[in-house]
Amino acid sequence: MRLEANGLACIRGGREVFSGLGFAVAGGEALLVTGRNGSGKSSLLRLIAGLVRPAGGGLNLDGGNPELTIPEQAHYLGHQDAFKPSLTVVENLGFWSRYLGRAQPAPEALAAVGLAGLADLPAAYLSAGQRRRLSLARLMAVHRPVWLLDEPTSALDDDAQQILVRLMRQHLANDGLIVAATHGPVGLDGTRELRLGAP
Amino acid sequence: MSALLALFWRDVRLAVRTGGGAGIGVLFFLIVVVLMPFAIGPDLALLARIGPAILWLGALLASLLTLDRLLAADHEDGSLDLILMAETPLELAVAAKAAAHWLTTGLPLVVATPLLGLFLNLDGRTGLAVALTLLAGTPALTFIGLIGAALSVTLRRGGLLLAVLVLPLTVPVLIFGVSASNAAIVGPLPFGTPFTILCALTLFSLVIGIFAAAAALRQGME
Repeated sequence: MRLEANGLACIRGGREVFSGLGFAVAGGEALLVTGRNGSGKSSLLRLIAGLVRPAGGGLNLDGGNPELTIPEQAHYLGHQDAFKPSLTVVENLGFWSRYLGRAQPAPEALAAVGLAGLADLPAAYLSAGQRRRLSLARLMAVHRPVWLLDEPTSALDDDAQQILVRLMRQHLANDGLIVAATHGPVGLDGTRELRLGAP
Repeated sequence: MSALLALFWRDVRLAVRTGGGAGIGVLFFLIVVVLMPFAIGPDLALLARIGPAILWLGALLASLLTLDRLLAADHEDGSLDLILMAETPLELAVAAKAAAHWLTTGLPLVVATPLLGLFLNLDGRTGLAVALTLLAGTPALTFIGLIGAALSVTLRRGGLLLAVLVLPLTVPVLIFGVSASNAAIVGPLPFGTPFTILCALTLFSLVIGIFAAAAALRQGME
């Protein structure tokens, strides 16, 4: 599996964020997107996720399911958690599992991120870090070969960062690929870096 | 299919939980209808004559109340991003959301109508006739409102714009809804003609609504 970008350009609000961007990530590889605030890290991830239309260039995923688009084969972990405060933890996770195409929500996913004891608590009572852990559980609950992680370590404590590293290693070992926007090291070995220029 | 059912039941569950607003529509409807006799005065014949129109206007305004959160809430917490990315066609996803909205907002209005008709000097049979027209017409209000909700999804205070966008489009539904109700009460027009047109308007808005809303969402997310 291989994700390739050629000559990608992105224009937001009439301002060019980046142009002529090219990279390739193969299965089992993680690409860290770094750069200053406003350099287009999040825009690049949203562009791969199909949420922003590229102003130029294109993306190609070799070796994936040819009947699905790239966004349909990707997990996107953005700044927002996509959880409803009035639903319980397990209802939130169960909904996304079913919506993203898995009949039964995985019970081990909650345990793996340390939220098993809070399954019946409304998500409104979760802290920022716990909500982030719940997002990690979504990555686990449904398999997607491409992970797009936007600052995945934000709000996570040391313990949760260890969980994140373990999840990412597992994903890479299963021939998945990761594109992560980050400011600091994520604790993975052998990652490649894509540095976006300042505007 | 199971994805759509999951989305539908999630929205129904959200609507009936704290802060969901399923009961608010009916309460608002009740208040509008109860206030009318105070404003108009105790002329029973007049109340009975304009009763269906009051019920229809009340239902129209009540169904607008929660429409602005229909898609904006999902946009704010990031759910809409994941819905846009998923394999399930966006048209069907918004249709499932609109169906859940109608079940929790439109249907309670229909159920309350025969009872509220009593406040307006409408007898049981007439109240049921108005409820029948609302049953056929309120889905149109939801699906037309869906377009407005999709257009105003990225705005912080989209509710006002939504009302301005949606209310003019609901005029045909209002006209045929009220004329069908009146036909059932006083005649001389047959009930069937305006009622059939009302049903046609609902089917029409169902098709237009989901495609227009999905197109607006795809454009507007940037």
